[in-house]
Amino acid sequence: MGIEKYLPDGILLTTVEKAVNWSRKSSLWPLGFGLACCAIEMMSTFAPRFDLARFGMEIMRPSPRQADLMIVAGRVSTRMAPVIRQLWEQMPNPKYCISMGACASTGGIFNNYAIVQGVDRILPVDVYVPGCPPRPEQLIDGIMKLRAKIDSQRLKQEA
Amino acid sequence: MADRETMTLNMGPQHPATHGVLRIELDLEGETVIEARPIVGYLHTGIEKNMEAKTYTQALTMTDRMDYLAPLSNNLVYVQAIEKLMEVEVPIRAEYIRIIMTELTRLNSHLVWLGTHALDIGAMSMLLYCFREREKITQMYEFVSGVRMMASYFRVGGLTNDVPEGFEARVKDILDTFPARIDEYEGLLTENKIWRNRTIGVGVISAEDAIDAGFSGPNLRGSGVAWDLRKSKPYSIYDKFDFIIAAGKNGDCYDRYLVRLEEMRQSLRIIRQALDGLPEGPTKSSDRKISPPTKYEVLTGMEQLIHHFKLVVHGFLPPVGDVYHSIESPKGEIGCYLVSDGSKKPYRVHFRPPSFVNISAFNKLVAGRMLADVIACIGSIDIVLGEIDR
Amino acid sequence: MTITEEKLKTSYSDKIVEMFTFRGDLNVVIQPQDMPEICRFLKTEPELKYNFLSCITAADYLGQREKRFEVVYVLFSIPNNYRVILKTRVNENEEIPTLTSLWGTANWQEREIFDMFGLKFSGHPNLKRILMDDDWVGYPQRKDFPLTYEVPNFSFNKDEQDYRREAPWRGDEWPTEKP
Repeated sequence: MGIEKYLPDGILLTTVEKAVNWSRKSSLWPLGFGLACCAIEMMSTFAPRFDLARFGMEIMRPSPRQADLMIVAGRVSTRMAPVIRQLWEQMPNPKYCISMGACASTGGIFNNYAIVQGVDRILPVDVYVPGCPPRPEQLIDGIMKLRAKIDSQRLKQEA
Repeated sequence: MADRETMTLNMGPQHPATHGVLRIELDLEGETVIEARPIVGYLHTGIEKNMEAKTYTQALTMTDRMDYLAPLSNNLVYVQAIEKLMEVEVPIRAEYIRIIMTELTRLNSHLVWLGTHALDIGAMSMLLYCFREREKITQMYEFVSGVRMMASYFRVGGLTNDVPEGFEARVKDILDTFPARIDEYEGLLTENKIWRNRTIGVGVISAEDAIDAGFSGPNLRGSGVAWDLRKSKPYSIYDKFDFIIAAGKNGDCYDRYLVRLEEMRQSLRIIRQALDGLPEGPTKSSDRKISPPTKYEVLTGMEQLIHHFKLVVHGFLPPVGDVYHSIESPKGEIGCYLVSDGSKKPYRVHFRPPSFVNISAFNKLVAGRMLADVIACIGSIDIVLGEIDR
Repeated sequence: MTITEEKLKTSYSDKIVEMFTFRGDLNVVIQPQDMPEICRFLKTEPELKYNFLSCITAADYLGQREKRFEVVYVLFSIPNNYRVILKTRVNENEEIPTLTSLWGTANWQEREIFDMFGLKFSGHPNLKRILMDDDWVGYPQRKDFPLTYEVPNFSFNKDEQDYRREAPWRGDEWPTEKP
């Protein structure tokens, strides 16, 4: 396999992009941000049965300055929307967003004056996870898809 | 020389220790809290107004989402309010299964309370233990209704459908393993020096203050008032079961913790009695104006077909009037005020949330105490923001 | 005849508008200005002792009654285990005396009624919005406040598809009520 035949054991060759993407996806630190019922299923995903620590997401950072994944779990009311936007702006790049549950994705069963019909009206969302609330396996599937998306990112900054 | 000034600190809607999106404005002088003002409304969903646009059975699914840690409790108060208004007889087997599921819900809610309260104070392993136990209960929900959390399992006149085979074996399995686990939690926390230092004498509220503030449930019982709606105004068939009400003495966080632990044990006792006495029979009311008939009857009988059609297209029509019904949810007294104008949609539904009333008196618990006690008190009064903001 | 009925009839028979028992609960309708007096009587009378205010709520009967709003108070007596429901009927601009001095729990529940219905309580220490934003216009729980239902861009629901197909001909811009 080319040059790797001549190298001693324990050395791998790869591109910088692949290494950076691998390290970013393996240790996503979620922002501890549960709003409503989906937060309980998110907590269940952190719990022993559907362990999220095996994906490197064990540390739930309460401060947005130290987190890079925001899982919007729960219904976003119109009063809470500016707060979420401010938290999103406070997170440093590269940052990702998973919209968990039907209420965060599209407004869910609440189509009325008080609920923002989908958090993608205020934030750019990477992965939508449907369900009311989504099972922990569904959330893990969403995280897997996010990891695949991060894998395909380019290092060059998009405009 | 140095002017003393009060600092106003905002414990914002996003915080790891507020259970949900609660915002508290604290006036601090050093580390001592002078006044704490809780500000709610960051999760307001307009559930009450939205329920007016749906039929009674459709609106039932919205009640799950209020107190999302004890969803079947909310279902129960709503369904029983309609049954009180319409004077519906519920078959006895349905009542027994309702009691079993409601007491499992109480266990569910208290486990999450214990896990998060202990996590805030610092005992992180309790969270993992409690969620491990909770998995058994959510699997029970899934076994019976198909959904892990928002079951919507109760209907006016009984249940959605009968429990599948193997229900009793599973409940027996829970009854066999739980008491040892609760002993384990008690062994970890009750005599623990750090736990006692953080919770004894913290957040004290006297019995008169608690009644004046409208506390109910374990918060009221922690202050010494033995008021439990399951004994005072028995709803469903709670008067057939034998259980005690736990009440504390001092009204501090430690007493509330002990009261809730004892409630978990009493819930297991009730489930055991209900399981032993579970009768055979139908699980839906036989009044065909309210409950749809079985599939076989619909396919073979004309009258049943018409009943099924009217119920699915229109829904049932309660009489005109208004009624208030309240039950003992794990957090306190949850009430449902239902106004009907004779149509298929509720005219006005209002839920009296226990957490809303409990947090309104938060200032009495923490005024004059340190900042760390604020965290212990929030955990101890057990609030759920979905219920406060509806 | 329960003891509460007797006591109220002997002491306040001129102030009671209506008294009836519905589904096992005693409902008493009184005028708003008599509210503090009767509540104080119910709370302090030794044989009644209604010391627990469970719930204050309201309902909007727009177009069905001459007094538009009805405010409902549910009282419990913990020592004696009684329950009574008090009701008053008001119009939009009438004020109701607050019960914060009798029961502390009335504070937030009256604020919620002000927020949702726009009914003012005179003498309330802090009558501000509690669930909605501070600068929200309108009172959501009133019957003339629309649900603000947003018709989705695509739906599998046949009713909504029919509505969307016919909406341009009806001249609807942004539908606010569910079709």
